[in-house]
Amino acid sequence: MAVEVRIPTILRSYTGNQKAVQGSGDTLAELLSDLDARHTGLKGRLITDEGALHRFVNIYVNDEDVRFLGSLDAKVSDGDTVTILPAVAGGALGLLAAAAYLGR
Amino acid sequence: MLTIDKAILDAIVAHARRDHPDEACGVVTGPIGADTPTRHIAMENVERSQTFYRFDPMEQLRVWREMDDLDEEPVVIYHSHTATEAYPSRTDVSYAGEPGAHYLLVSTREPEVTEVRSFRILDGVVTEEPVKLVGGGDELAVQSYMFGQTPTTVDYECRG
Repeated sequence: MAVEVRIPTILRSYTGNQKAVQGSGDTLAELLSDLDARHTGLKGRLITDEGALHRFVNIYVNDEDVRFLGSLDAKVSDGDTVTILPAVAGGALGLLAAAAYLGR
Repeated sequence: MLTIDKAILDAIVAHARRDHPDEACGVVTGPIGADTPTRHIAMENVERSQTFYRFDPMEQLRVWREMDDLDEEPVVIYHSHTATEAYPSRTDVSYAGEPGAHYLLVSTREPEVTEVRSFRILDGVVTEEPVKLVGGGDELAVQSYMFGQTPTTVDYECRG
């Protein structure tokens, strides 16, 4: 058993075009590090240099948004499905103003 | 070029008008690889803002799973600008995460005329494309829309 991770189109260049890959770990952070060992660079697209979840992506454990599960500390277990989606967002507001507005 | 059914574009514009002055957003899905938008889904703008939009992450998960089940992909991702032109902002470009999608922008700043323009956004590069309406049969009705006519490319990354 392992954790299935569903990869969005924009990140499939890191997984040899696979839509889903397998990984392991007790938390989301561990899972992403495990994946990065085989799919180099993937983690850097999901986590900022400061070590926070990137605002350009949504990550879900099963049916839950990880932002409500402790973010990178979210627990994962064998048999879980982790889904990564690009956040769909934007708008007329400038990027810095948008970042300030969102408080991240 | 984006080819889209007039009834779907009408529904997108109606959604943008309904939510004005807040930004409206949504997606039109279609069969994978066909480049044909067939199923319009008006999404909740969880920000309810006049200058920012974001799909509700839970609604997005539901819709994206549904697409998976139906062998569909997001063909069009649209949102409105309510006080500025229908052109992708830097924010739009930074967030553009669906390389295969047509990014459709609708400006509702003028009450009588709706500006509709379509773009590809790939690796920070914005490329405008023509919009072709099909299935309308009524040429006059199209005239309330103003389409961008000159394809241009803007590379934000090259502008310091």
